[in-house]
Amino acid sequence: MALSGIEIFKLLPKTNCGKCGVPTCLAFAMSLAAGKAELSACPLVTAEARAKLEEASAPPIRPVVIGSGERALKVGGETVLFRHEKRFENPPGLAILITDVMDTAEVGARLTRFKELSYIRVGLKLRPELVALRCDSGDAARFTGLVSRVKSESDASIILMTSNPDIMATALKACAERRPLLYCATMDNAEKMAALAKETGCPLAARAPGLEELSLLTEKLAQLGVKDIVIDSGAGTPKQALHDQVMIRRLALNKKFRPLGFPTIVLANEMTADPMKEALVAATFVAKYGGIIVLSDFQGETLFPLLVLRMNLYSDPQRPLATTEGIYDIGGPDENSPVLITSNFSLTYFIVSGEIENSRVPSYLLVKDTEGLSVMTAWAAGKFGADTIAPLIKKSGIADKVKHRRIIIPGYIASESGGLEEELPGWQVIVGPREGAHIPPFLKNLKTA
Amino acid sequence: MALELPKLTYSGKIKEITLGSGDTAIKVGGETSYPFFTFEGTMPNLPRIAMEVYDSTPQDWAPAALEPFNGVISDPLAWAQKCVADYGAEMICLQLSSTDPNGANADAETAAATVKKVSDGIKVPLIVWGTANHEKDTDVLRRVCEAVQDRKLVIGPVEEGDYKKIAAVALGYGHTIAASSPIDINLAKQLNILLSNLGVPDNQVVLDPTVSSIGYGIEYCYSVIERIRMAALTQQDEKLAAPIIMNVARETWKSKEAKMATELDPKLGDSRKRGILLEAMSAWALLLAGGDVAVMRHPEAIKLVKSMITDMSQS
Repeated sequence: MALSGIEIFKLLPKTNCGKCGVPTCLAFAMSLAAGKAELSACPLVTAEARAKLEEASAPPIRPVVIGSGERALKVGGETVLFRHEKRFENPPGLAILITDVMDTAEVGARLTRFKELSYIRVGLKLRPELVALRCDSGDAARFTGLVSRVKSESDASIILMTSNPDIMATALKACAERRPLLYCATMDNAEKMAALAKETGCPLAARAPGLEELSLLTEKLAQLGVKDIVIDSGAGTPKQALHDQVMIRRLALNKKFRPLGFPTIVLANEMTADPMKEALVAATFVAKYGGIIVLSDFQGETLFPLLVLRMNLYSDPQRPLATTEGIYDIGGPDENSPVLITSNFSLTYFIVSGEIENSRVPSYLLVKDTEGLSVMTAWAAGKFGADTIAPLIKKSGIADKVKHRRIIIPGYIASESGGLEEELPGWQVIVGPREGAHIPPFLKNLKTA
Repeated sequence: MALELPKLTYSGKIKEITLGSGDTAIKVGGETSYPFFTFEGTMPNLPRIAMEVYDSTPQDWAPAALEPFNGVISDPLAWAQKCVADYGAEMICLQLSSTDPNGANADAETAAATVKKVSDGIKVPLIVWGTANHEKDTDVLRRVCEAVQDRKLVIGPVEEGDYKKIAAVALGYGHTIAASSPIDINLAKQLNILLSNLGVPDNQVVLDPTVSSIGYGIEYCYSVIERIRMAALTQQDEKLAAPIIMNVARETWKSKEAKMATELDPKLGDSRKRGILLEAMSAWALLLAGGDVAVMRHPEAIKLVKSMITDMSQS
């Protein structure tokens, strides 16, 4: 994929004019190779060299943006097969299906669910991005009516689903500025769909049965000038879809096979009629390389686990998620409630707060910013000792919330208790359990003591 | 020109081992590809689900998790028999929660008697799980190993802190060991090396890499399991080529999201379905990473996962 500095240098004008900001073309080439400079800084590069360089430096899976504004969704741009190799980049967009033969109340209910089903977790907002509008009526006016309604009632990014180019053209007129994904081009309608995509700058989905035909179709679309493509291998079962997703990802990353170097779309809604199972099908392609996943419907019980799984698998393995420093009220604590302190590694926070909740003992949980490190690691790194905990307790305002002066520290940092009592005159330091699971019995016993 | 599909050639194979004994013994492992990548390898034994049974009456369980076991939750044998008879359990995992030193702290004798009773009353393979307290597990699991001599159990968790004492006894009675280590590929490997240094044969070890559920660090377990499978299948790391067991249910159902009543947060949807799906999706995601036995609780969650396993494997 990436060219070396020397390979880039060969394509540069070699004038050493310095207009790019560095003295020599070789130095500029090195900066380009390191991703520290933009080719546009060179005023003399030939169109031919530019094309070659852009081609060579293009990501193996093209990032594609669907929608506009706040809900715009970027998919693709992936660089690995396994998240531990680096990280997954752009979480798959989740789409709720709405058809133009659903009655108006059903459409309204789906738009409401789309809007309302969002969740805050570790300071991140989890929510779906897309509505997939499908023309089942065969009637352009009716479909366009649905599209216009969705456009005015929702800020969702839109997928327009019809393989009839005339119906697509009409519907697209109603929402082109929202940059919908056009689903889909096939071998039969490729020219007309490509023309619509080019005219409006909208991304285009290509659907063909099997990877070979699909690659022929995307090559055709590329020749017709379409750049932003989303691909569908037409898999009708989870098993076939898993095969296709794996092969597409490997071909794009390991073989640099451009015709399949695009984000994918998976129609989970067509693989089962059971909404619970559909959620598992969708989960499969959250883990295994889906770019967009269409579901027949969203309900809290199916969407919430999927959104959290998606956040989990798309988190950066090298950067732990962290919770904000501060006092967390659990179970409606009062001035006599216990105060516990822990680190701000989000997993630690979730487990500790969950176990406090399980104990049914209303408590304050003081979370210290340990830069996302767990208790042990933070302690070893000098970020969770008496010298840093004491100032937090003083400035947190916890002393105004409780009458007592007792602080419970994690069992793993028991050795800090003496130091902490010295730093915090008047406070009693209690060593809590090492493991989250032991918090409930600990708190229950504490209460009776 | 035909498009050439980049199929992976695997140089390793997951060990095939037998859980239980007699007519109802079940083979697990034996895979020669990543999970469900049957287009380039084989999965001779599909992943299995073991149903959980507790030896003390569950406290604070979600109503949805209790409902399928109405009337049997205080009787481990009846509970296990119900799992087999009514829900078609292929294996039972008996969680010795009564022995928790932070809880009822039942003695080893009593726990072993319960295990014996359950063992005598069911035919399917039996997994027995302690509380991960080294001292207590050493005491309890050794007694369990002695108490059941007419069939082969799976005994876990056997950890670095107690493997010497537990493994020696388990080995003596021919039981299989679930080698448990905390979410780390190197620690998993190290424990397996220690076990084989002790003389435990490879065909008597399953790996428990420690799992967690959706929203509670599943990504760490997911990646550790993927890395274990990668090492076993593509780098011939024999010490990581053991079948993997995953204690999913406990981790899922203790989370507040799995328990919370529908009316407390309507946006989270139907409480019952949410709990079932959190369990099923956690198990399924981990099976996609690479697991051979998932310990699960709710019959409907199990049904969903089994249906995915079937879909992914049938030709």
